[in-house]
Amino acid sequence: MTAISLTVNGKVVSGNVEDRTLLVHFLRDHLNLTGTHVGCDTSQCGACVVHVDGRAVKSCTTLVGQVDGASVTTIEGLSHGDELHPMQAAFRDNHGLQCGYCTPGMIMSAVDIVQRHGGKLDEATVRHELEGNICRCTGYHNIVKSVLDAAGRMNTAQAAE
Amino acid sequence: MYETHYHRASSVDDAAAQFAKGSEAKYLSGGQTLLPVMKQRLAAPSDVIDLAKIPALIGVEVGGDSVTIKAATPHYDVSTNAALQKAIPALAALAGMIGDPAVRYRGTIGGSLANNDPAADYPAAVLALDATVKTNKRSISATDFFKGLFSTALEDGEIITAVTFPIPAKAGYAKFRHPASRFALTGVFVAQTKSGEVRVAATGASASGVMRVPAIEQALKANWSASALDGVSVSADGLMADLHGAADYRANLIKVMAQRAVKDAA
Repeated sequence: MTAISLTVNGKVVSGNVEDRTLLVHFLRDHLNLTGTHVGCDTSQCGACVVHVDGRAVKSCTTLVGQVDGASVTTIEGLSHGDELHPMQAAFRDNHGLQCGYCTPGMIMSAVDIVQRHGGKLDEATVRHELEGNICRCTGYHNIVKSVLDAAGRMNTAQAAE
Repeated sequence: MYETHYHRASSVDDAAAQFAKGSEAKYLSGGQTLLPVMKQRLAAPSDVIDLAKIPALIGVEVGGDSVTIKAATPHYDVSTNAALQKAIPALAALAGMIGDPAVRYRGTIGGSLANNDPAADYPAAVLALDATVKTNKRSISATDFFKGLFSTALEDGEIITAVTFPIPAKAGYAKFRHPASRFALTGVFVAQTKSGEVRVAATGASASGVMRVPAIEQALKANWSASALDGVSVSADGLMADLHGAADYRANLIKVMAQRAVKDAA
């Protein structure tokens, strides 16, 4: 067992965990943050993506010990209270989900993509950069539309600040 | 995943000492290969020793004649390093083509080389650029480092600390991705040194891991152009044959990818 302490969605959390505990299992089973999903268990689908110190990583391919001391943001930490994050709002407005299983990971990856590319995002870039996130329902069309819509909203929000 | 013990090493010496204490220890860097393998219970190390937070193992140093990438530097930081993009653009571009964005934030050059997956990207650059792999014990030339599928010259407990690449006159990398896994079905790195030597290495193609391609090297040495390779045929001997592609298909891909890499070379 290892004692760990990290910041999750702005709150310091600590615990005693088995060394083999993956970050996704710590979030889901220890913190009851079940928005982060396990889709494939082979590190391919991206349903488990969360931000670790601002970088979108696969929480099913990270031991919680590796992020001891880090700051983690999950899908639950993205909105401001009742006000959805622009990416969440864009997914809702553009029908960017069907079953919703991949959506938390899609949104966490998409926020990272917009943060890296700023206003220079185009459709081809979004499609290419989402290659680590798999959706079996939508055919990606409305997901890409949502990300491009959100990129506009996020840049406008940034410019207003 | 079977039970294991996790240790975060504070220095290279600390990591080596922790490794010696474990019965079947493994070093962990980005974990983008080791952790999936452990999850499938195909590996069950008694201890995993995390190298990724050791300050001496992180960073990219660009000098006049060479570039040094420290072993635990994630692919993302390599691909976005402005000085490297100028010195060896093909190497920065290669790092930006590995896996997917989430993998690139965590995967590292040291981990990739120590694992030596036959379809990994970095081995092609290391072999074509005649890089030197530095460890906590010695320096190993690229030619001596790769020993076949998933095997290297590394001794038990030895730690890659950095890789030094001589800056070439020109270099390029092109890969043909498997449409589902996105791994290199074949990837080719071409390099022309400042003294005019040509080295070409292919990944994903050979049944014994990364390999040089003498037929293409000779043709490019005589004439550095994509069209110089039109008449070249690459032998299919020793190339992988599986449901994704026959050996002669991969042999042809080596040529085609080499042509694309030469066209893009800078």
